[in-house]
Amino acid sequence: MKQSIFKILTNEPIAKEVYKMTLQGDCSDITKSGQFVNIKLEGFYLRRPISVCEVEGDILTIIYKVVGKGTDAMSKMGKDTELDILTGLGNGYTLDQSGEKPLLVGGGVGVPPMYELAKRLVKDGKQVSVIIGFNKAEEIFYEAEFRALGCEVYVATADGSVGTKGFVTHVMKNLEDYTYVYACGPEPMLKAVWSEAKTSGQFSFEERMGCGFGACMGCSCKTKYGNKRICKEGPILVKEEIIW
Amino acid sequence: MVNTKVNLSGLELSNPIVPASGTFGYGYEFARLYDINILGSFSFKGTTLEPRFGNPTPRIAETPMGVINAVGLQNPGIDKVISEELPKLKKVFNKKVVANISGFCIDEYVECCKKIDKEEQVGIIEVNISCPNVHGGGMALGTSAEMAAEITKAVKAVTTKPVFIKLTPNVTNIVPIAKACEEAGADGISLCNTFLGMRIDLKTRKPIIANKMGGFSGPAVFPQALRLVYLVYEAVDIPIMGIGGVATAEDVIEMMLAGATAVQVGAQNLVDPYVCRDIINELPKVMEKYGIESLTDIIGGAHNG
Repeated sequence: MKQSIFKILTNEPIAKEVYKMTLQGDCSDITKSGQFVNIKLEGFYLRRPISVCEVEGDILTIIYKVVGKGTDAMSKMGKDTELDILTGLGNGYTLDQSGEKPLLVGGGVGVPPMYELAKRLVKDGKQVSVIIGFNKAEEIFYEAEFRALGCEVYVATADGSVGTKGFVTHVMKNLEDYTYVYACGPEPMLKAVWSEAKTSGQFSFEERMGCGFGACMGCSCKTKYGNKRICKEGPILVKEEIIW
Repeated sequence: MVNTKVNLSGLELSNPIVPASGTFGYGYEFARLYDINILGSFSFKGTTLEPRFGNPTPRIAETPMGVINAVGLQNPGIDKVISEELPKLKKVFNKKVVANISGFCIDEYVECCKKIDKEEQVGIIEVNISCPNVHGGGMALGTSAEMAAEITKAVKAVTTKPVFIKLTPNVTNIVPIAKACEEAGADGISLCNTFLGMRIDLKTRKPIIANKMGGFSGPAVFPQALRLVYLVYEAVDIPIMGIGGVATAEDVIEMMLAGATAVQVGAQNLVDPYVCRDIINELPKVMEKYGIESLTDIIGGAHNG
């Protein structure tokens, strides 16, 4: 974990209530996809944990949804604003088990961490498929970005306005030859993906956090491999250890 | 050169800064961030006789300038703390630690203290009779002067280490409880644990925290904690560890002027992991600014005249 000051380069809406922010700073502690950063906001006591969408040199990209006053304040921040950020948090995805045809499943703001993961898997020569799920057309983001990486992309919308009507699992049902599953999204989605998955996989969980670095025990969960802190031994849990 | 040393029931601390229990784990998470030997000491995660998972999540809710937690004493149990956590801590911390002990009945406190009494790494036992997040123990034991005295006596009988009783602020009058602990043989008082509080989610119309309520801490409670330290200082002759919303070197001095001999830093560690290091670095400068040569001189200074 590293505490450092980042400077906002861009901060733009990319879908309904969803913003993409790029920041410049010391990204050296962000070693894996699926990790998160914890951002201090002026006027708010707890930091805001946000997953890493992409890291390239000293440029960090995050995508966040405005869900409360903190993220609303973030959405109004301009270029050159400085933010105190803890980086390199969480265990992150491991790539070793992916096999040749990994399937990535992201729902809503669970989509962003899939991007850095997809980038790394593609770089390793894997044939990556991505299912991204949203409620409706205006919420969709990053479809083109995944295609540009060379991924096979499937979109599911709950209202059927784009792609497959229904949930990510409706797409998943018809896919046969994937070798591993990586998932991030709301818990009901994770559970559905977990049930549908024909292979092993890694699932990224969310919880209200105090510190984000393992000190407060605010985000503990029980797993088959013992008690874990979502912020420290998580947010990624392997399929076999998850207790619903 | 200013002097930041304080003496806490015979334990000499290089400075009065002691990270508070529950915000510093068993130390080594923070030892990765900075050399924790710069601390006066630290109070380790509230430990019980048996391992505990604690409460269901969500356990955390934010407030303006503070946080509510309902962790519920998650810990690996006293035996594992002694066999695993303390040896790990020894590699990164060469000072004496404050052992925070919790329980659900007097026998549990006694058993824990008996076990921890043998550990030379432990300088002070802090008996937590004030956890707001567990049922049938914790805070329930700290809201009556008689019960507080009974636990103090029972614990003192099984240890030669200094015993600090950590009190809850969630009482009508804390003074008789502190006095009862002193009369029962307590070596010091830790003041105070968190204030009961809650938040409700407007979207779900339900409490944010699964346990509904939790312990409220952070800079928002500093004036309330300060007042309790001030009141108790007037009533007892044993040292006080001041706790509640401390976030800066100025807060430390204010807490000491109210009557604290040492000062614990809690919630702020969670949002600013380097806060204790920064306070320790700032302290001499702030002392100079206010003409303080030795911190010992200012303990209870606000009561003079």
